[in-house]
Amino acid sequence: MVTKTVDFSARAVEALHNARLRGSFRDAMDDLIRKRLDHFRDETLFRELSGEGAAIRARALSRLPELLEQLERKLVSNGITVHWAEDAAQANETVLKIIRAHDSRRVIKGKSMVTEEIGLNDFLETRNVEVLESDLGEYILQLLDERPSHIVMPAIHKTKAQIAELFARKFPEIPYTEDVDTLTATARRVLRDAFRSTRIGISGVNFMVAETGTLCLVENEGNGRMCTTIPDVHIAVTGIEKVVEKLADVPPLLALLTRSATGQPITTYFNMISSPRREGEKDGPKEVHLVLVDNGRSDIFANPDFQETLRCIRCGACINHCPVYTRIGGHSYGTTYPGPIGTVFAPLQDGLKERGELLSASTLCNACTEVCPVRIPLAGLINRLRAEYAAPRGNVKDAGSGRSWKEAMAWKLWSAVYARPRLYQRLLNWGLKHRDRLPRELAPWSDSRAMPVIAEKSLHQLVREKSEADQ
Amino acid sequence: MREKPTQVLLFGSCLIDVLYPQAGMDAIALLEREGIEVVFPQAQTCCGQPAFNAGYRDEARKVARVQLDCLQGDAPVVVPSASCAAMMKHHYVELFRDQPEAEAAAQLAARIVEFTEFLVDVLRIRLQDQGPDIRVAVHSSCSARREMNVAVQIESLLEQLAQVELVHQDHKAECCGFGGTFAVKQAEISAAMVADKTAALLRCEIDRYITQDCGCMMNIDGALASQQAPLRGTHIATFLMERTGGNEDS
Repeated sequence: MVTKTVDFSARAVEALHNARLRGSFRDAMDDLIRKRLDHFRDETLFRELSGEGAAIRARALSRLPELLEQLERKLVSNGITVHWAEDAAQANETVLKIIRAHDSRRVIKGKSMVTEEIGLNDFLETRNVEVLESDLGEYILQLLDERPSHIVMPAIHKTKAQIAELFARKFPEIPYTEDVDTLTATARRVLRDAFRSTRIGISGVNFMVAETGTLCLVENEGNGRMCTTIPDVHIAVTGIEKVVEKLADVPPLLALLTRSATGQPITTYFNMISSPRREGEKDGPKEVHLVLVDNGRSDIFANPDFQETLRCIRCGACINHCPVYTRIGGHSYGTTYPGPIGTVFAPLQDGLKERGELLSASTLCNACTEVCPVRIPLAGLINRLRAEYAAPRGNVKDAGSGRSWKEAMAWKLWSAVYARPRLYQRLLNWGLKHRDRLPRELAPWSDSRAMPVIAEKSLHQLVREKSEADQ
Repeated sequence: MREKPTQVLLFGSCLIDVLYPQAGMDAIALLEREGIEVVFPQAQTCCGQPAFNAGYRDEARKVARVQLDCLQGDAPVVVPSASCAAMMKHHYVELFRDQPEAEAAAQLAARIVEFTEFLVDVLRIRLQDQGPDIRVAVHSSCSARREMNVAVQIESLLEQLAQVELVHQDHKAECCGFGGTFAVKQAEISAAMVADKTAALLRCEIDRYITQDCGCMMNIDGALASQQAPLRGTHIATFLMERTGGNEDS
């Protein structure tokens, strides 16, 4: 799940000094940026597609409660059992109950960030249910007992050599190799055996279609399809915001998702699950359950200032393009979702007291906003959250908790000067006159930069002198 | 294409006022040379962006009101700093949402034009390069590139200059790491970002880098000076005056 953000800055600094980590994030992000750009060189095309994507998501959110009801009706009539979970604890209990009802002690999982968010693996393990991750990246992290550092490529912070070394340790019968195909084959062999013998599969969901009661799952490794078809029971876990109105909404979102996430025109697998195995069908699970997780989402939905956050389709493009994420990696954030989307989502979900510090980790450079395929104004939302953090005002949990009297005083003084043009000019002129006596160092600015050189005369003065001379 | 006005207001920005006043004077001179009357309201101070981006909106509003007052009228407001232009053009609407000044803020926002945008799209300026051969790179601020969409304009101005060779640095579109209070609150991350930016610029072996934004210039020049590298930035207004023979009056 997540670590407290109290030490965000400390973790960030540690990550900055890890040269290997920084190099591998930079290279990986550059690669993802290039691959995405190959599809969106034509800016007009991207604006068109993202406009459509944003409209689809906005429309779905504008009717969220009724769409969820429609979805439930459709799913139930398709034979899928629907469970509602208000928070992480309820979601975890629901999953456990289904597992126990089948007398099972083992589950196999496809990649799911919502189950990361609710801490499902830890929860199940402590209740004697063995969890096996089947996405290769997640499987590697499980062997290492680590958390994802990216929402699409969870093990992106690991080098090939690190993974080779891990496999050599875990599978001593196989000689050390850095050959990706051999490493993948080893994992596949282990996972295939598990698929044959595990009766419960757990997956996430990318889109839920209200019109038809369809669960869509986007993946590249085929493990998602195996998780959702081989075991007797399939449990899908996802957030309530993933619903769309109709089937026709899926193709444009899918096109945006895969291009934005990994630069693929389409993923290797795209699964549409609409029911358990029917009479006469040769495969598929006998039971399908959907656990719909709220976990703070309905509060975000109810806050018009931040509702756009829920448009997110979890492509990770904002993360890949974030100059801060690129330098500190995903673990520094201490949240399930790192980067810009996490910087917005985590404070809204967990409150500003716990997550407000993250808000400082942005230059508001808008690289995220620019690439978001559903046009979430991420930098704008970060800025808006900073306002909530600094002043007790809106409906965000712990609004005002980031107000330090020192900073508040500094801005009060600043505004007292800059809101009084004559006072401003008098102080400015005094500063210019005594520019030699101003401090030559002011940490932390001067730790890595020289202090700026104060001009001899201000623009105000120069303009006045010029107009006197002109007359 | 917009019509060429006879008069504009100039909003100089607080950084230009105290650190780079010559950039403001050069912007004025260049506009006057093109036959535009430039009015510089002496009551202007700061657009309010520093407090706005730090989350202190009441304080930002207090300061922004002064600009709403002193920049009244119908004339375009030319801003030789893209991030201040973006603040006034795009963020005043949010800052004054549900405030009595909402309409005034929207009216001002509609009149804001960034300096290079004004030269290229309104004046359709033609430049004659009179300087020696020089190699430069451009650092467009994030506001210039992604909020004001004027990263193209600054380069098109340089492309008019025959003896100016424009080279492109690695990760050109990436933020320099300034970000206002970010540079103080996340000083180490900021330092890492500006170190990468200066390294990319230095690898270009350029004589100068040219920019539309003094915030970035203060950050990048500060880092370059602390590394004892000789490279420095020049504001586009100053560079254009320098290359085209200065102000004929002076």
